[in-house]
Amino acid sequence: MKLNRRLFMGGVAAGAAAATLATPAAHASNQGKPKVVVIGGGAGGATAARYVAKDSKGEIDVTLIEPTRSYYTCFFSNLYIGGFRELNSIAHSYGTLASEYGVNVVHDWAVGIDRAARTVTLAGGATLSYDRLILSPGIDFVEGAVDGWDVSHQNAMPHAYKAGSQSELLKAQIEAMPEGGTFAMVAPPNPFRCPPGPYERISMVAHVLKAKNPTAKIIVADPKDKFSKMALFQEGWGLHYDGMIDWIGPDFGGGDVSVNPDAMTLTIDGEETKVDVCNVIPAMKAGRICEIAGITDGNWAPVNPHTMQSRMDENIHVLGDASQQGDMPKSGFAANSQAKVAAMAVRSALTGSKLFPAKFTNTCWSLIDSDDGVKVGASYEATDEKIAKVDGFISQTGEDAELRKTTYEESIGWYAGITSDMFG
Amino acid sequence: MGWNRHITLSLVALFATASPSLSNEIGDADKGAAVFKECSSCHSVGQGAKNRVGPHLNGIFGRRAAGLDGFRYSNGLTRMGKDGLVWDFDLLDRYVENPKAFASDTRMAYKGLKDAGQRADLLAYLRRYSDDPGNIPEAAPTMAGTDHSVDAAILAIQGDPEYGEYLSSECTSCHQLSGDNDGIPGIIGWPAEDFVVAMHAYKDKFRPHPVMQMMAGRLSNEEIAALAAYFEVAGP
Ligand SMILES: Cc1cc2nc3c(=O)[nH]c(=O)nc-3n(C[C@H](O)[C@H](O)[C@H](O)COP(=O)(O)OP(=O)(O)OC[C@H]3O[C@@H](n4cnc5c(N)ncnc54)[C@H](O)[C@@H]3O)c2cc1C
Repeated sequence: MKLNRRLFMGGVAAGAAAATLATPAAHASNQGKPKVVVIGGGAGGATAARYVAKDSKGEIDVTLIEPTRSYYTCFFSNLYIGGFRELNSIAHSYGTLASEYGVNVVHDWAVGIDRAARTVTLAGGATLSYDRLILSPGIDFVEGAVDGWDVSHQNAMPHAYKAGSQSELLKAQIEAMPEGGTFAMVAPPNPFRCPPGPYERISMVAHVLKAKNPTAKIIVADPKDKFSKMALFQEGWGLHYDGMIDWIGPDFGGGDVSVNPDAMTLTIDGEETKVDVCNVIPAMKAGRICEIAGITDGNWAPVNPHTMQSRMDENIHVLGDASQQGDMPKSGFAANSQAKVAAMAVRSALTGSKLFPAKFTNTCWSLIDSDDGVKVGASYEATDEKIAKVDGFISQTGEDAELRKTTYEESIGWYAGITSDMFG
Repeated sequence: MGWNRHITLSLVALFATASPSLSNEIGDADKGAAVFKECSSCHSVGQGAKNRVGPHLNGIFGRRAAGLDGFRYSNGLTRMGKDGLVWDFDLLDRYVENPKAFASDTRMAYKGLKDAGQRADLLAYLRRYSDDPGNIPEAAPTMAGTDHSVDAAILAIQGDPEYGEYLSSECTSCHQLSGDNDGIPGIIGWPAEDFVVAMHAYKDKFRPHPVMQMMAGRLSNEEIAALAAYFEVAGP
């Protein structure tokens, strides 16, 4: 292993570019290899498991705990709703992680974490010990966030903010809408998973309705007065779906909403409307296991940006949507990017491998209509305080059709690339 | 370098004060006609020019990359065209200097013209067959800008492939390690020099793609070298 010294004397600030060699910590499970347990096999967890296993070349034991056998990506689940993707094209299994990378995949729920003993308890009763624990459990919904709704109503009023059967249900409901019917969305307050997600979804719903049910209406009740790529979406909605979408911001009561799942009504600012489909996307918080571990502050789990270690327990790393890290949006791209930084930090702590300075990136593509793709992205660095944005870009309004089509095609390439980076 | 884009001197005044290196940058169209002979086995220009092995070059200044209907371009140039790349002096200069470094999969089987003076002559000649040739040399598409060719010292940096492997995890969020090319180009097994030149082209905002401009923009010369060293030997 050759460390090229010249490499680190370049123009970059010395501190930022320096790699450090850590002394491996003595590990708890003192016989055998160091143990890493990953909770959650989604965007962040699968990437972390794969990178720790791949790069430690067998020196670290990696166990991944994930209840489902097929992970449906939320990314591109809107395209499924719009009819641009098949459901099975967004499903991924854990076979390659197990067979090619030697990850021990356990299909179960983690239900308890004993930080002092460094153990995880599973719903099935087993207890696993760890030297480092990586948590990437995604999101759960804040109870009582939308008046009249709780998870027991997710069949009548789906969120489809965890992909799979919820996405299928929502798609079926849209397709079964009566002629001229009403689709409603209750959009979430910040911060939430995938800032452009609700608006890409609206675009996809409109795409379906325009073809199948052109007199149908779409209402969006939104507690935010601004949203991601707002100008781009609004331009696109005007261009492709003129008059179909009624976006109601907080100035018009979009933040004052209640629902009645039995009667299928939505009340905005005191005014009740009968709706045919109601997509409720409530306020979000870190996956519950973070609370159980006692590493949350408010709704999210704060982390050290250099390594993604929990601010409350250095043996735990938190990735993706559940983490509170600073400027990055809660996206699959971000979770994947953070996972690689965490994997490097974990290996360094357990095996003494090199620790390079953390770098993060994110790009989120959204589809507005056939071949009309847009994107927003940024790069980030770790400061002591937060993951801080360095530079960014966004698609422009008025771009020509060729460019929008390339942007969409790029998103398809990205999907293939990132899912193989996650699942092997 | 040092060519002032806002120069408003008349042609005469310009030549009266021009230094020898400046005349190099503008180029001598008559000499360029001789240089073009090397291109003419594939490209035609002038009255009645048609697409042959290569596209015809009438109106090449101000044309979008891969902009002629009916000519089959490489994916790389096609993508650049869609991303909004429009040929001007600087871009053509760069492309002619090292076609493969500019567009990795270009179908132009030409090793490149290293002599900057000859390139300037050639482009001055081609400029005659684009709109507003009377504007030479003040017209924006004709002017030579900063010299963007990558410094030999930068090309000579020996990258650390191990560092490159770590940095590459930022690339593999989009570029597939299998080398697949759908929507996003494959970058596996790229010759290191092509990689370095391409990344600097993004860093200097010559290549138009905003994601890549951002990614390359924050990489140091050493980091680019490390990535190049890694990807040159990386396999699926
Ligand atoms: C409609 C929509 C569109 C989106 N589009 C994009 C996009 O285009 N690009 C993009 O980058 N991002 C997109 N996202 C966001 C992206 O899906 C998330 O940000 C990303 O999945 C977060 O990764 P994660 O690892 O934090 O959580 P997840 O991917 O949700 O993974 C969490 C996993 O943990 C498991 N888990 C939870 N609790 C436990 C437990 N106690 N024990 C064991 N396992 C547990 C869950 O089963 C789940 O598989 C979109 C999201 C939505 C909803």
